[in-house]
Amino acid sequence: MTALLSLSGVTAFYGAIQALRGIDLTVEKGEIVTLIGANGAGKSTLMMTICGSPRARSGQIIHEGQDITQWPTHLIMRRRIAQAPEGRRIFNRMTVHENLLMGAEVAGRADTADGLEQVFTLFPRLKERISQRGGTLSGGEQQMLAIGRALMSRPTLLLLDEPSLGLAPLVVRQIFGAIRDLNRTTGLTVLLVEQNAYQALRLAHRGYVLVNGSITMAGTGSELLARPEIRAAYLEGGHT
Amino acid sequence: MLSVSGLIMQFGGLRAVDDLSFDAKAGDITAVIGPNGAGKTTVFNCITGFYRPSGGSIDLAHPGGASYPLHTMPGHRIASAAKVARTFQNIRLFAGMTVLENLLVAQHNTLMAATGFGVLGVLGLGRYRAAEAAGIEKAKFWLDAIGLTARADDPAGALPYGAQRRLEIARAMCIDPVLLCLDEPAAGLNPRESDELNQLLMRIRDGGCSLLLIEHDMGVVMRISDHIVVLDHGKKISDGTPAQIRNDPAVIAAYLGEGEEDEVPV
Amino acid sequence: MTALRDAFLSALVALGLFAPLVGLVTTSGEHGLSLELRPIATAIVVGLVFFGRLVVLSRRGRTRTETTQANRALAERVTRAGKYVTPILLVAAVALPFTGSRYYIDLGTLVLTYIMLGWGLNIVVGLAGLLDLGYVAFYAVGAYSFALLATTFGLGFWTCLPLAGIFAAFAGIMLGFPVLRLRGDYLAIVTLAFGEIIRVVLINWVSLTNGPNGITGIPRPTLFGLAFSMDGGPGTFADFFNVEPAVIQRIIFLYYVILGLALLTNWVSLRLRRMPLGRAWEALREDEVACRSLGINVRNTKLTAFGIGAMFGGFAGAFFATRQAFISPESFTFIESATVLAIVVLGGLGSQLGVALAAIVMVGGLETLRDFLSFLGDQMDSPLFSGIASELPLYRMLIFGLALVVMMVLRPRGLVSGRTPSVALHKVKDIAPDLVAQGRG
Repeated sequence: MTALLSLSGVTAFYGAIQALRGIDLTVEKGEIVTLIGANGAGKSTLMMTICGSPRARSGQIIHEGQDITQWPTHLIMRRRIAQAPEGRRIFNRMTVHENLLMGAEVAGRADTADGLEQVFTLFPRLKERISQRGGTLSGGEQQMLAIGRALMSRPTLLLLDEPSLGLAPLVVRQIFGAIRDLNRTTGLTVLLVEQNAYQALRLAHRGYVLVNGSITMAGTGSELLARPEIRAAYLEGGHT
Repeated sequence: MLSVSGLIMQFGGLRAVDDLSFDAKAGDITAVIGPNGAGKTTVFNCITGFYRPSGGSIDLAHPGGASYPLHTMPGHRIASAAKVARTFQNIRLFAGMTVLENLLVAQHNTLMAATGFGVLGVLGLGRYRAAEAAGIEKAKFWLDAIGLTARADDPAGALPYGAQRRLEIARAMCIDPVLLCLDEPAAGLNPRESDELNQLLMRIRDGGCSLLLIEHDMGVVMRISDHIVVLDHGKKISDGTPAQIRNDPAVIAAYLGEGEEDEVPV
Repeated sequence: MTALRDAFLSALVALGLFAPLVGLVTTSGEHGLSLELRPIATAIVVGLVFFGRLVVLSRRGRTRTETTQANRALAERVTRAGKYVTPILLVAAVALPFTGSRYYIDLGTLVLTYIMLGWGLNIVVGLAGLLDLGYVAFYAVGAYSFALLATTFGLGFWTCLPLAGIFAAFAGIMLGFPVLRLRGDYLAIVTLAFGEIIRVVLINWVSLTNGPNGITGIPRPTLFGLAFSMDGGPGTFADFFNVEPAVIQRIIFLYYVILGLALLTNWVSLRLRRMPLGRAWEALREDEVACRSLGINVRNTKLTAFGIGAMFGGFAGAFFATRQAFISPESFTFIESATVLAIVVLGGLGSQLGVALAAIVMVGGLETLRDFLSFLGDQMDSPLFSGIASELPLYRMLIFGLALVVMMVLRPRGLVSGRTPSVALHKVKDIAPDLVAQGRG
């Protein structure tokens, strides 16, 4: 069987700095896979490289049997891959509604009512703000909007870069719950980057540990959770 | 020390902050928490002069006795005279300037006066040289405190995320504030980094600067706050010590949610 | 194969574009205008595009990162070379009058005027990040201040020079106030309008400025009171040094005056950059909101940038007036603002050396290109090139424009991009241009 997404020997650079040093990674259909690692380990770069920006310098990225390594970003995104990028990147001068419609636009879908309803069920807050401009939302609301916009394209593969950033604990729980539900009911495949490694590993089927642009460990979520070195490096907040 | 009373902030038809009153005591770490869009950052923007409040008052009393009505002061005076510093939710460093330069820009007003407002400095007269040396010393102190001495000459934009967060705090501290307002300082930090942040914040408090903190990371809030104010829809719904807040049903319903902190619903 | 097809398509586009532009020429014959075909010239241009495209495609094999790295390596070489370029340029600038060639000294004076204007504008655009499309206004204010003060009150150049600078600085602050809250495109439009307003006022306020006729009889500068006059009478330069009076003496003197003024501009800019004020300008370009949160008075900081930038524009204007001895509003059109801005952008925002190089290229290069093309035309006496050779100099602007486009494609952040920190704890390391903000106004 072929994986939904597989990376082999992928390297990427930001300017002169090598951010990824030969990444091998697979995501099977219907899986939730998480990437954990310190700030600056290359997690976000890996997400962006899958989307073709920056382009991988060497190695291969295969999506549904197709080599997309050298594809331009906009074509990659049309393969029902959606991303809620780091830094939100919402359209500041468009309303919440327009932002969400833009998400559906990318996938070329005319039927958006279901998508909107799904997003509003997940984030009732966005429904309250539907005609407000994106730029006037609070930070956390913008994060909700970025995730909602990604969901609007009805992706088969969802790339989430720190979805919990700036969100209230209650909402974080809702989001993690929603990811699990979507995964169970619709078979949505998710690649997740998250600082909160504990929650991420509990949610994910499998996880990869990224250190300095290389994968140093891989395993199921519970396996990784049990490893003492993981606990020491990413889970425990020290000893205050 | 900081006393907010009857604060109202209206944007068109939207009332982002609605008759909010709270006090922050000198030498305390006061946390402001609440659901997304509750108006926390708006309150910060009113305190630090980025918004002019539609109503109510914000008064700051310095330990020395001087008092400043922040709601009527222009933004840059709040930093330079009332000595209120802040950081931003989406880090706002001078990315193309070095770490050291960032810390020197923060001392602009002190250094500027030493250059005779530019004139003497250009001519090489006056006491600018000494003032700059003192400025660099202060910068060194904070670089040491945040562990970035080795990267002093690197551009701020090239630092890893966690280091940028720390640098922003150090930069704010370089204006010698009596009140430091932090907008989600732990966002995007891993547990280890948030722990370092806790240490830094407590060190700042022990140095005599009061802190006002917006944060969603309960690990940070509950561990270091002396006092917590909870907002929802622009109103205060609770106010008290961490222990009180943790068990307040209204806060649990609106913000914390049921169950263990780290629990994921299955 | 695909490369050949691609190049062929490019050539086809070029043919469509250049067939009417280059291939057809109207000549006035016996029966009025007649159309003449020039297949060879067209073929040359289309051929150039074809082979140019092939070369570009053959380099396509390299990935973007490699190209970036190559650019970075080049930038590093430029930076290293920069250490030698500055002293070499300085020595060349000082030595230029010893050539004794009036043509070169005049050209040098012109280039230096633009270097000075570029350095002045660099404070506003490069450091503070405020896009100013009306810089010529301050040049005009300086020129007219000097001209009017000199012709009305009989004041000399050296008395008027600071006054002209002060008037221009005031104009800068006057412009600064209404545009404080504007950014980017809006700021650019308002400054553009300001430049035009000043020019229109100069044309229409006839009682003061003599309108479109301009002001004549502007006095020349003196060397510590020694005039450069041709009569060689007592109190003149020629008399004092006991030499034959000659026009070249004044030309050389004027050259050194502008060299001094330009170096003053450079010196002040470099000093200010290492002062809190200069750092505040750069911080403003990087993030205005953060500046406010640190207690920096954004309004005053912007106004000082406008004011000091304008002051140097005013100095340059006063020099222009005294050099020409005649000024009229025609000298202060938008194209001057555009040229100076182009010099700053091409040089690399914020880079003093870049601005100097860009001014040499833009002003000196254009002149040299004219000479070169005439020379080339003279060499092509083969009948094959008949008709093109004599017109070659007319393509000057086309070639020059193309060169600018190519240069900006290769070095999008200017000749000398990147930023040198103003202070260092351990060691000064240059900052890559992609981190440095370009300012949004």
